[in-house]
Amino acid sequence: MTQARFIEEKIFRGLMLAAAGMVAGSLGLILATVFVKGFRALSFDMLFKTPQGGYYIGGGGGIANAIAGSLVLGLGATLLALLVSLPLVFYLNVYLRRRSRLAFFIRFSLDVLWGIPSIVYGAFGFTVMVTLGLKASLLAGTLTVGLLIIPIMARSMDEVFKMVPPELHEAAYALGSTRWEAAMKVILRQAFPGLAAAVLIAFGRGIGDAASVLFTASFTDALPTSLFRPVATLPLAIFFQLGTPFPEVQERGYAAALVLTLIVLAVSVLARALTRRVTRHSR
Amino acid sequence: MDIRQIKDAIARRSMGLVALGVMSAAFLVGFGLYWRARPVLAGRRWTEILFSAAWHPARGEFGLGGFILGSFWVTAIAMVIAVPLSLLTALYLSEYASRRTREWSRPVVDVLAGISPVVYGVWGMLVVVPLVRDYAMPFLSSRLKFFPFASDNFTGFSALAGGVVLAVMVVPIMVSVMEEILRTVPPEIREASLALGATRWQTTKKAVLKKAWPGVVAAIILGFSRASGETMAVLMVAGCALQAVPKSIFDPAYPLPALIANTYGEMMSVPLYDAAILLAALVLFLLTVLFNAVGWGILLRLEKREG
Amino acid sequence: MEARTHIRVEDLSVWYGGHPALKDVTLSIPDKKITAIIGPSGCGKTTLLKSFNRLIDLQEGVRMEGRILVDDEDITAPGADLTRLRKKMGLLFQRPQVLPMSIFENVAYGLRIHGENDRLRLGEKVEHYLRMAGLWAEVRDRLAAPAAKLSIGQQQRLCLARGLAVEPEVILGDEPTSALDPHSAERIEQRFLELKRDYTIVLVTHILRQARRLADYAAFVYMGELVEHGPAAELFAHPKDPRTEAYISGRFIESTGEDPD
Repeated sequence: MTQARFIEEKIFRGLMLAAAGMVAGSLGLILATVFVKGFRALSFDMLFKTPQGGYYIGGGGGIANAIAGSLVLGLGATLLALLVSLPLVFYLNVYLRRRSRLAFFIRFSLDVLWGIPSIVYGAFGFTVMVTLGLKASLLAGTLTVGLLIIPIMARSMDEVFKMVPPELHEAAYALGSTRWEAAMKVILRQAFPGLAAAVLIAFGRGIGDAASVLFTASFTDALPTSLFRPVATLPLAIFFQLGTPFPEVQERGYAAALVLTLIVLAVSVLARALTRRVTRHSR
Repeated sequence: MDIRQIKDAIARRSMGLVALGVMSAAFLVGFGLYWRARPVLAGRRWTEILFSAAWHPARGEFGLGGFILGSFWVTAIAMVIAVPLSLLTALYLSEYASRRTREWSRPVVDVLAGISPVVYGVWGMLVVVPLVRDYAMPFLSSRLKFFPFASDNFTGFSALAGGVVLAVMVVPIMVSVMEEILRTVPPEIREASLALGATRWQTTKKAVLKKAWPGVVAAIILGFSRASGETMAVLMVAGCALQAVPKSIFDPAYPLPALIANTYGEMMSVPLYDAAILLAALVLFLLTVLFNAVGWGILLRLEKREG
Repeated sequence: MEARTHIRVEDLSVWYGGHPALKDVTLSIPDKKITAIIGPSGCGKTTLLKSFNRLIDLQEGVRMEGRILVDDEDITAPGADLTRLRKKMGLLFQRPQVLPMSIFENVAYGLRIHGENDRLRLGEKVEHYLRMAGLWAEVRDRLAAPAAKLSIGQQQRLCLARGLAVEPEVILGDEPTSALDPHSAERIEQRFLELKRDYTIVLVTHILRQARRLADYAAFVYMGELVEHGPAAELFAHPKDPRTEAYISGRFIESTGEDPD
């Protein structure tokens, strides 16, 4: 009778280990798949040339259009999200009391926005474009992705601000600072590495999303030159080029997957290093 | 009033404005979609659109029922896999693992959450689809000739493949929310239970989970919501052929987000087609907003009570 | 007349992440008596108590040296059955730790864990131990109510009933009255005096008057060291060590008098 509970303990301990192993293993498997396929396809031409005979047909060339497009669009969207997130999070943490109803409602709104699928943001971007008579372009894609990553960025920034010790706010006020000065000088400095990490995470998420740019940024063989022209992105380069029957073009898709994953990995590592610094400071 | 205070007041106003914008963003998105979807709603009952599976844009029939069911089908498969996986992993990390293991687990979860959905799709096509085609499908479908296994789709592009990929995609969010919730359970509760001579698992099952279950439910709701909105990875592996009613995990499935993404390019060709697609987006929007509101609502309330 | 030794501590040292908490403690806890462990805050009293049921194992980075024998069995040995050990040792915390369930289920919890599932017997036992803890009359009409709804004094008696229900041989009290009002504290103390007929009781306390009222034996711990121990009456009347003398005469400089949480 009482022996059963020790058997149960063993069974569940085994199940938990298996589950944790599967989660870690699936990451390993995904990375291995992308790396093996991607490295084989990687070359100088792949990284630095645009597709020569059309992205869907083949004829040499690479994915420079998508790399450049993704970086430009990702940076633009991140900048845009930063312009909204930073003031918002300052407002939440410096001006509003933690328990206030407005703060609760803003956080709740962010949570809800965070949960809206990227394809819905894409569809929304499309409705706005149609209403304003715009075409799919770098500008429309940047705006849509920016909207998509605002909640991601703002929520991680909010977490960072929660870690700033309240004594620091008080110390700043005690010195006779206005809230704005306190925010800019004392708290911003303390929170800076964490905020940078939040920006990086949002950038990584923005650059990896395909569904939001599908309608809004479209795709092109050319390098990005104008805000009002379509732009190529890495996720869509993967999606479109894997859909072709030509092995040569599929290679480009694998190379794009590798580049995109490397960017995401770099962003994660950097963000982690930065957050570590925050937690060390706050101890 | 000196210049410093004016600066402070200006900052405050403009930040308030930004906050107002963010708070109204969800309404704006919903309203924008509704506005463009109105033409297709005119003259049709909404029940007809939601529950009919007749999807013939050229004939003006826009029943979303098949896609909504397809969404639920793939998401349900994903949740059957992801919920036990996430719960066991989160319990392991919070109740059993050493601090060092926990610290190692964070980057793993972060990277899993950060990987592009399309890359998940690539992995699904290269690994999951062949596994389903060569092993799972021949093994299960020929032996178990009944629901939900019987099928004549031998491609591997199936609801199961979509579900597996989705499961891996929603594990990070569920693990991190669950782990956070489990960490808010006071350690004294564990001590009290262990001091009575309970085993670790008894303590976990009867005391810790008893305290943490609302948060665990919230995590599952959030995972469900995320899975039902995921687009590209599913589009790449689920086969995307319309079924009126899902019959097998090995049949292709066509979820709502995949419909929206797939009709890109052709939706301006037929009257009302674009409105119907935006209506699909609106349905998806309402569904996820509802689930998220419930999930985060539970978590925010818990935080308030604990804090 | 020397009582039988129930728990024997031999050269016990404990470190938390390299920081020493107990140094070379050797001590015998007599059977069916109340032993009080006294000393200022943060001196290692709770560490000593929690080594008896190995609950200190839960701390991150803890290291133990030496031996603890319970009924002549080494509980610090690698393969020791901790669940059986902890069943033997009922523990009362500083603040009552009720489990997130009903009053009835709190007491039934330990019984269920050890394999009792018969509803009738569960009911009988729950009533029996609630009576023993002096709580039955107050809760008999609301056994299904959440335990957290009880007053803090009632919660501590509920925890006592919960601990007794698994039929321990030893009751460990980690300043069990420090969070209670004087009246509730007194009720707990009375229970202890009744319970020592059947149980060995080890009580960590920094209330000297409580130790004087209850203890048969006393041990004074200071900065991780066992300074002095012996029959309580003797230790309080004629302390041998000057530090003990200083502490019990209240000349000790103590910053707060409360243990940090």
